[in-house]
Amino acid sequence: MAISSDDVLHVAALANLSLSEEEVARMSEQLSGILGHVEALQSLDLEDVPPTAHALDIENVTRADAPRPSWPRDEVLDGAPAARDGLFRVPPTS
Amino acid sequence: MTIETLGLTAEGCVALLDAREVSCRELIEAYLERIEAHDGELHCFLHTRAELALAEADRLDRDGRSGLAGVPIALKDILCVRGEETTAGSRILEGHRPLYDAGAVTNVKNAGLIPIGKTNMDEFAMGSSTEHSGFGPTHNPWDPELVPGGSSGGSAAAVAAGFAPLALGTDTGGSIRQPAALCGVVGMKPTYGAVSRHGLIAFGSSLDQIGPFALSVRDAALAMQVITGLDPCDATSVALPEPIDVPSNEDLRGVTIGLPTDLLAQGVEAGVRESFDATLQQARDLGAEVREIALPTAVHALPAYYLINPAEASANLARFDGVRYGLRLEEAGDTVTDMYGRTRSHGFGAEVKRRIMLGTYVLSAGYYDAYYGTAQRARTLIRREFDQAFADVDVIATPASPTVAFPIGDRIDDPWAMYACDLFTVPVNLAGLPGISLPSGLSEGLPVGFQLIGPAFSENRLLAAAHALESAIGFDPVPLAYRVGG
Repeated sequence: MAISSDDVLHVAALANLSLSEEEVARMSEQLSGILGHVEALQSLDLEDVPPTAHALDIENVTRADAPRPSWPRDEVLDGAPAARDGLFRVPPTS
Repeated sequence: MTIETLGLTAEGCVALLDAREVSCRELIEAYLERIEAHDGELHCFLHTRAELALAEADRLDRDGRSGLAGVPIALKDILCVRGEETTAGSRILEGHRPLYDAGAVTNVKNAGLIPIGKTNMDEFAMGSSTEHSGFGPTHNPWDPELVPGGSSGGSAAAVAAGFAPLALGTDTGGSIRQPAALCGVVGMKPTYGAVSRHGLIAFGSSLDQIGPFALSVRDAALAMQVITGLDPCDATSVALPEPIDVPSNEDLRGVTIGLPTDLLAQGVEAGVRESFDATLQQARDLGAEVREIALPTAVHALPAYYLINPAEASANLARFDGVRYGLRLEEAGDTVTDMYGRTRSHGFGAEVKRRIMLGTYVLSAGYYDAYYGTAQRARTLIRREFDQAFADVDVIATPASPTVAFPIGDRIDDPWAMYACDLFTVPVNLAGLPGISLPSGLSEGLPVGFQLIGPAFSENRLLAAAHALESAIGFDPVPLAYRVGG
């Protein structure tokens, strides 16, 4: 399956990546190559085979419904690139 | 006394400490001196923690110690350590200081093991050579022009080079077993869930598992005793059905070893195959029965893995966006979306971007079922075939890596050639099983890894079989280059 430059740009936007022209060209070639290798999977008979999301069958793991302290806000914000008024600061959304 | 750290096992360290031949401080100093002298060439560590390690050693010398307390351990830099830089090998996390210890790190500290430093790795554990680190490659102690394997290459090389008798790594598709093979040390990937993933920077959440590197199978078992167990902070962690035993058996009587012929036919370097066959013969000599088995879908594990893994990675790595931690790049007039794109494009390396792109593509509308859905169904078949095989055999044997260590630069521009390093290791992660790699000999002067795979929670069976083989093989884990003239 060939991945065009337009496909790459569309996916890059979904993934919040800004790629250079050179990266777009290389990505188009390499992703096409990788998807070529995975085509082999289409030869498997997978009808009526359920998907596996997780190797172990564990269900409904819950912890005690007991309150406990959260991380101190100051400590959390100390690690952030920018904070103001006790909040993470980000640029305008538009 | 002078302490030779090369080839010194954790058990050897404990014997020296128990006999009071050396203090904890002297032991840590010996390892730090060796790191100082040789890590400039190898680059196993992203940072060492000399002062903190010596302070912890002094405290043990003053207050007393027992068990593994006082033994140094190297930690892959993907494991959070409270207040100490943790980067996962990525520029996007440079300077990041976590608020908490990973569950496995808490267990290590509670046992009195002394973290000596954080080891280099492929960025976010994506790679099989440690060349994809954002901070430069690690070199193989057997030959510095070769890769140590990856992604836990720094941890594997550190143990081989005598920088620490134990190290922790993570294994998503072979990232413990393959570098262990290429560096001539023991590496174990536990059953999915056996070790808490709390505080492990997530890559492929249904595949990731923390495990040990060691110079002996017994040391690996000792490390497993420390790190395994249920952690309320990781809902996928489980309590082992039986405690880990430190093995002492010397034979394989009554053990049936399965040989997956279809998988082995996928291509193994001649020297690796020779060593592998010789080890199988040693297994027979020790009383094992070797029987051919069928794992027909396992040959499709590599393509299935390289759809599932990037899909999970693309979701997990969405959190690195310049808001809560690490790098932010922002220019005047940027919207928040501009800032995300600028930060991520600058902070991530080429392989990480490739996996995010691949994962986003295969999860995107219109392609989900054809790629991700198909891979998940193939995963079910692979699990079933392992289950069927283990009805007939106790363990399954393959080489851990189809080749010995390869030159730095050889595969860096060919993603699929790099992914093919994981041929024998990814089926194990897809099925959530435990696997162990132990050195089985040399090919062209370089170590070969022998992999044993078992059913879920058969760690004791694997460790026992590996120990018997290790005793028969008698491999010297000290790299040839270090044997002459010390």
